[in-house]
Amino acid sequence: MSEILRVEHLKKSFDELMVLDDINLSVQRGEVVVIVGPSGCGKSTFLRCINGLEEIQEGRVLLGDEVINPAQKGTNKHREKIGMVFQSYDLFPHKTILENTTLAPQKVLKRKKDDAEKEALELLDRVGLASRKDSYPRMLSGGQKQRVAIVRALMMHPEILLFDEVTAALDPEMVREVLDVILDLAKQKRTMLIVTHEMAFAKAIADRILFLDGGQVIEDGDPKQFFESPRTERAKKFLSTFEYDRS
Amino acid sequence: MGFEVLFKGKNLIRLLGGVGVAMKISAVSVLISIVLGIVIGMIMTLKNPVIRAVTRVYLEIVRIMPQMVLLFIVFFGVTKLTGLNLSAEAASIIVFSFWGTAEMADLVRSSMISIPVIQYESSAALGLTKLQTYLYVIIPQIIRRLLPLSINLITRMIKTTSLIMMIGIVEVLKVGQQIIEANRKSSPHAAFGVFAVIFLLYFLVCWPISKLAGYLEKKWEN
Repeated sequence: MSEILRVEHLKKSFDELMVLDDINLSVQRGEVVVIVGPSGCGKSTFLRCINGLEEIQEGRVLLGDEVINPAQKGTNKHREKIGMVFQSYDLFPHKTILENTTLAPQKVLKRKKDDAEKEALELLDRVGLASRKDSYPRMLSGGQKQRVAIVRALMMHPEILLFDEVTAALDPEMVREVLDVILDLAKQKRTMLIVTHEMAFAKAIADRILFLDGGQVIEDGDPKQFFESPRTERAKKFLSTFEYDRS
Repeated sequence: MGFEVLFKGKNLIRLLGGVGVAMKISAVSVLISIVLGIVIGMIMTLKNPVIRAVTRVYLEIVRIMPQMVLLFIVFFGVTKLTGLNLSAEAASIIVFSFWGTAEMADLVRSSMISIPVIQYESSAALGLTKLQTYLYVIIPQIIRRLLPLSINLITRMIKTTSLIMMIGIVEVLKVGQQIIEANRKSSPHAAFGVFAVIFLLYFLVCWPISKLAGYLEKKWEN
């Protein structure tokens, strides 16, 4: 395995508030890392820092051997290689599904329209939405929109995919259809960093679990071990919030 | 009913000429308002507190002040004060542009801030540059929100040009009055016919424009 992403001593604060405090992480090609933790622990901010959407105060983020720094020019070049899917899908409302998925490949990667559309249709077919190619986002359900957003990110042939709570805004019955798509991506050996509250899904998909709390990595390791016998009290406490007991 | 006066001599042609005068002033003012409004609207989205305060005051003045008072201030007041020889047409174009620009700028500002931040972020995440993001994602969405609103503003401006007769411009309403006055003896009911036709003329100008606004709104519903 080869390293694809490295985060070194990352510190991020909003004004006085320290959100990420000395985060270190190395992700190997093909690895699926799931990031869990209580709300406000900084996991979404962490993903945003990796994509250069947030400026960081200290440390650095390396994709391959290139440093990602939003304060510098050329961040766009790095972002091409990092796909990101957000909680609120954020498709472009004035464009059809096909246009949504082919805009960036044409404008950023300078691909031919036919060529991009051909690939988009294949990918849309794979997520069961090829027949909706001419629909507008508002005509789709949340789960469908999120599947389109995933295809839109895949169309850039990213080296790594970031998922930021992609099912948090969905109705329960739509969560599955989106998670199935992500499971399929894991089977294709895609490198992914996934922030989620779906513990069963985390357990099923993760090669590795990162538990964040208070802006720090508290546990980093094997999912089986994390879910069955967490090493720290904080992880135990966090996991217990997902269990119900009438006693 | 008084319609017959319109077919006397050149009355109808004169009335249409009056519409032309009103339309010319509207068209010039609308054009100036749109261009300046877009620029000022963009400036209004800046976070600078001084710019915010100044544009806010400008907008409030325009909103509070009746257009007629503005016309009087510019045409009678400013010309007297400065000794500037301003034609009535120029004065009305200045006033209507001053008003239209403020309203347009506010529409531009509100359309711009209504685009969620995440639209910029998800574009950036796809590797689009700032310019590409504006060109393909943000501006098309702003235009879709802006166009129906600004078309409504245009029809309001056209209708309000009827005030310019107050500073001596012979536009459609004034021509109508002249026709009524001139035919007071022969057609005592001319007022109804003439004003009804003026109503119809305004309607014929504004209706297609507001229809267009409705059509675009429907087409871009999202």
